[in-house]
Amino acid sequence: MINRLVSLIRKEFIQIIRDPRTLGITFIMPVAMLFLLGYAATNDVRNISMAVFDQDQTQASRALITAYKVADYFRLTYWVSSEEEIQTLMDNNSVRAGLIIPPGYGKTLHSGRSAQVAFVLDGSDPTVASTALAAAVLIGQAQSTHIIAERLDRLGMSNAVQPPIDVRTQVWYNPGLVTAYYMIPALIGQILQFLATLLTATSIVRERERGTIEQLIVTPLRPWELIVGKLTPYVLVSFLDMIEVLAAGVIFFKVPINGSLLLLLLMAALFLVTTLGIGLLISTVANTQQEAMLTTMFLLLPSIFLSGFFFPLAAMPAWLQALSYAIPLRYFLIISRGIILKGVGISALWGEIAALSIFALVVMTAATTRFRKSLD
Amino acid sequence: MITAIRAHNLTRYFANFLAVDHLTFEVAAGQVLGYLGPNGSGKTTTIRMLLGLLHPSEGEAQVLGYDVVSQSELVRSQTGYMSQKFALYNELTIWENLAFYAGMYGVRDTRQISAILESLGLGAIKMQKAQNLSAGWRQRLALATAIVHRPRLLFLDEPTSGVDPTARRSFWDLIYELSTQGITIMVTTHYMDEAEYCSVIGIMRAGKLQALDEPGHLKASIPGQVWEIYVEPLLPALEAVEGLPGIVHATLASDHLRVITRLKSVPERLSSELSSKKMQVQKILPGEATIEDVFIAMQ
Repeated sequence: MINRLVSLIRKEFIQIIRDPRTLGITFIMPVAMLFLLGYAATNDVRNISMAVFDQDQTQASRALITAYKVADYFRLTYWVSSEEEIQTLMDNNSVRAGLIIPPGYGKTLHSGRSAQVAFVLDGSDPTVASTALAAAVLIGQAQSTHIIAERLDRLGMSNAVQPPIDVRTQVWYNPGLVTAYYMIPALIGQILQFLATLLTATSIVRERERGTIEQLIVTPLRPWELIVGKLTPYVLVSFLDMIEVLAAGVIFFKVPINGSLLLLLLMAALFLVTTLGIGLLISTVANTQQEAMLTTMFLLLPSIFLSGFFFPLAAMPAWLQALSYAIPLRYFLIISRGIILKGVGISALWGEIAALSIFALVVMTAATTRFRKSLD
Repeated sequence: MITAIRAHNLTRYFANFLAVDHLTFEVAAGQVLGYLGPNGSGKTTTIRMLLGLLHPSEGEAQVLGYDVVSQSELVRSQTGYMSQKFALYNELTIWENLAFYAGMYGVRDTRQISAILESLGLGAIKMQKAQNLSAGWRQRLALATAIVHRPRLLFLDEPTSGVDPTARRSFWDLIYELSTQGITIMVTTHYMDEAEYCSVIGIMRAGKLQALDEPGHLKASIPGQVWEIYVEPLLPALEAVEGLPGIVHATLASDHLRVITRLKSVPERLSSELSSKKMQVQKILPGEATIEDVFIAMQ
């Protein structure tokens, strides 16, 4: 028995090593995804290019422009001399925002009246637009407060400058609101799920495709030995991948692991049982490696959207939220974010752990039963 | 006589399709059974049932004395199987492939693995990957994986398809050699000439076992006579012969016609019929029946 298992596992490893392209993709793809998600998939909108049409050209107007400049939301890329120019620049995507200061701005302010400025915005990308809008309003308000303070100060009422309400905000777990911190724990789950499922399914289907599975069945190898022998190498590969991503996250993105690493690994193992089971199930359905790949994509793609990987579950309609309970990744994301970012332990996660355990049990039982039958 | 395979009313349906139709036969230990039949006649299905890979819809079978359904594990541990697709791992070398299957059977002795490689002439190229091998070498490696655990019974499912004639011939030499070591062999083929090498021949057609006998007996049992007709011109003569009554089969054989007739004594009639159609009949000789003739005569 041990002899057969060792032989099978050794054979799987030789096949993995002799296929350097797959091996390369297995280890490069997750880190590439990590860097892409860490840097590109960020909602922190910075450096929005902006055109300025300053018709006032006074100290006051320059002060307002400086206020926009110092907040790093905007980058002043063009000084223009007509509104049409802003229109043209926005049409060809050279700028996404425009600030128009009318003539007499400084004078109006000086006389103590309210001066108007116009802020135009390219709304085609709602994420950028909403951030820019909020920032533009905020900067304007801050500048207003500043001007009011100056006026009051001139009137000798500096005490009235203190705002009546002072909201002290404090962000827990991810104080810098760094997207990478949020993404890396999720990416670990995604990698465990995608790689383990795909590798398992294709490695078993490949045996069927080439007719070697029939030859294996006529040997004394038992079905459970075949399952264990086939899964073990991919458990190891998936685990190595996970550790690789975790290490890259800590080294390059300084993701703090606040909770227990051991608990995280245990939970990853629990999650792996489910994903390997899905891979095993796919292998009983697919006849070719291509079919296996497409089925994996088809099954796992919705989980990216329904697990809270990119989009917060709380923002989804109720029926989609209900559907998300059927996605095992959902639970693992809560667990991995909980352990890595919040540093929580089992006591805070037992609900998710129970859900994952049930998934693992059901999927693995179904998979092994179907797998045995498909061999008959 | 020790019986290696015994089948009784062995039957298999795939949905409504009757693939194997109530087979009853016995194979004595030490024999080489040639299992002959066109594609889709149920040869592979029979073997799969004997190995317990498929369950019979009806009937039963014992292999090496074990029931193929309830004791398939025991059957498999003492039999070797070479499937139609040579079940090899392309990324693995010859040695690794064989060592893997040896491991599956619990064979740890590397000398045993080496000995098999040497006996099949694979020793010198054992570090080559299976994907780089020609069909002939792949066939030998597949045979090696089937005999690595020294089975008492060997199932070979179309082992020579897609292999060149020289490799086919030398492969049969290997089969004989295994047979002399006392291994019972059941080999399917659709090459009629190969069947001549077997000690017993079974002829399958549409799921039925039409005959099971020694090659000599089968040839003697042919219901008619084979004639070699030397006649000019050949093609019109073939057409004319095919139209005559009492003709089982007629084919071109290089420079003459090969004709199977139902009645034993008709050369004179054949000759006169052809002559009346203005053809020059040079000579008509009685021919030796081949397995192919047997096969055709049974249609």
